[in-house]
Amino acid sequence: MRLRAQVYGSIAFVERNFALIKRYVGWELVFLSYNIVNALAIGLIGATTGKEMMLYLIVGAMVWGFLSILFHEISESIAWERWEGTIEYTFMAPIHRFTHLIGNCLHAVAYGVVRSTLILIIVVFFFNISIHNANLLGLVIILVVSGLSFVGLGLVAAILPLLSTEKGVYATHIFEAVLLLISGVYYEIDVLPAWIRPLSYISPATYTLRAMRAALLDGASMQQLLPTILLLLGVGFVLVPVGMFIFREAEYYAKKTGKLKRSG
Amino acid sequence: MYAVQCEGLKKTFKKKKEVRALDGVTFSIPTHEIFGIVGPNGSGKSTLIRILSTLLIPDHGYARVFGYDVVREYGKVRPLINRVSVDAAFFKGISAWENLRYAARLYGMGSRDAKQRVLEILPKLGFSESRFYEPLEDLSRGMQQKVAIARAFFTSPMLLLLDEPTTGLDPRSKRDVQQFVRTSMAHNRLTVVLTTHDMHEAQSLCDRVAIIMNGRFVAVARPHELLHRYRESNLEDVFLKVSGHEWQEVEYET
Repeated sequence: MRLRAQVYGSIAFVERNFALIKRYVGWELVFLSYNIVNALAIGLIGATTGKEMMLYLIVGAMVWGFLSILFHEISESIAWERWEGTIEYTFMAPIHRFTHLIGNCLHAVAYGVVRSTLILIIVVFFFNISIHNANLLGLVIILVVSGLSFVGLGLVAAILPLLSTEKGVYATHIFEAVLLLISGVYYEIDVLPAWIRPLSYISPATYTLRAMRAALLDGASMQQLLPTILLLLGVGFVLVPVGMFIFREAEYYAKKTGKLKRSG
Repeated sequence: MYAVQCEGLKKTFKKKKEVRALDGVTFSIPTHEIFGIVGPNGSGKSTLIRILSTLLIPDHGYARVFGYDVVREYGKVRPLINRVSVDAAFFKGISAWENLRYAARLYGMGSRDAKQRVLEILPKLGFSESRFYEPLEDLSRGMQQKVAIARAFFTSPMLLLLDEPTTGLDPRSKRDVQQFVRTSMAHNRLTVVLTTHDMHEAQSLCDRVAIIMNGRFVAVARPHELLHRYRESNLEDVFLKVSGHEWQEVEYET
């Protein structure tokens, strides 16, 4: 298959998903408002115990907001296609599955960056936060490399709605909730019960949040951040191909058992 | 050269109980033929179409499209085919154009080429250009189905799989679609597999017709040959003779 056709294929998903956002722009405003208020409320809770805690919680809210958008957009793009019944048409189109999934990931990243930037601007103005001490380049690099891991997790989660439209969506939400619990979004993982803590160590979000806080609050240097950046990069390079592989296996299983139909 | 070759196709679904959807289907379709498959719901028509669409893997046997195996060489089959199903599956919140632009990109077409091609096809189906930018959810089922037919045709497939494309359409829309299929056959090197509940449609559109019951082809021939063979004046009566069921009875069952 020619490269141009594959590039067009990827653009198809970005364009289509933005057309859907435009169509449901009212809901987008609702969700955006909710996320902004959520970040502000969490920041205000932190403000009652001091500026450091306020920033600690805001970083948690912002990073989680971005990573959960990536996870959601990728896994739910499959669920949406199942609901609309278009998944069969997408699957019989002459594009690689890689092109299909990368298209959805590109949209998720672009959408996540736009939404998170908007929220960040509002939060910075609202709390009059000074970030002159922060390692901004380090922040961006960490966000990008950790985005890779969450794309991988999103791909793994996307198989659930592929195999069962309704139950799959339930399961992806539970998966996301567990990540929120174990990754130290609003607290240090040390406060978790000992039996849960091993899960924290395998969540890429745990390392993302630690490094983001170090870069933003302590102005950690690139040298200090490098081990986490390499770790997240490694996890991303493993999770994305693993996610693709599992998705392809799930597609084969769905085609073998006839689960691609709208009714499932 | 055959457009489609199927040999001993079997497919069983394991749900609450085992459902044998296809039970050893063998047939070939030469290029540039309209091959009709008639039978009640649950007889295996859509399963067959899904196998040919590379969306379902048979348990036994093989299916080839222009010589390519639909399971092992699906990447070579997909650029050659397109499909219309009974339910027009679209993102209903966005317009016909946005849906078609999405489909065009999946087939490697640029936006401008796609628009030009679609605007040639849709008026022939009786679809007004003024509705082109409206959300599909605001259009009637017939209009949506016409957009689905345009989506299948504008990628210029060599094999078109029409799975009950006119079911539920009003008589005028049905006529528009049937006329469009006829005209397209006359101007393109196209092969069509058409499944339908409408015996009149099968008789008037198809070069050959297969009657499918319980996952098996019980008769395959040209419509006039079927009429002659069973000494009947219409395909509904042929169906009665071959299957032992009234066609109307089968339609109501579904």
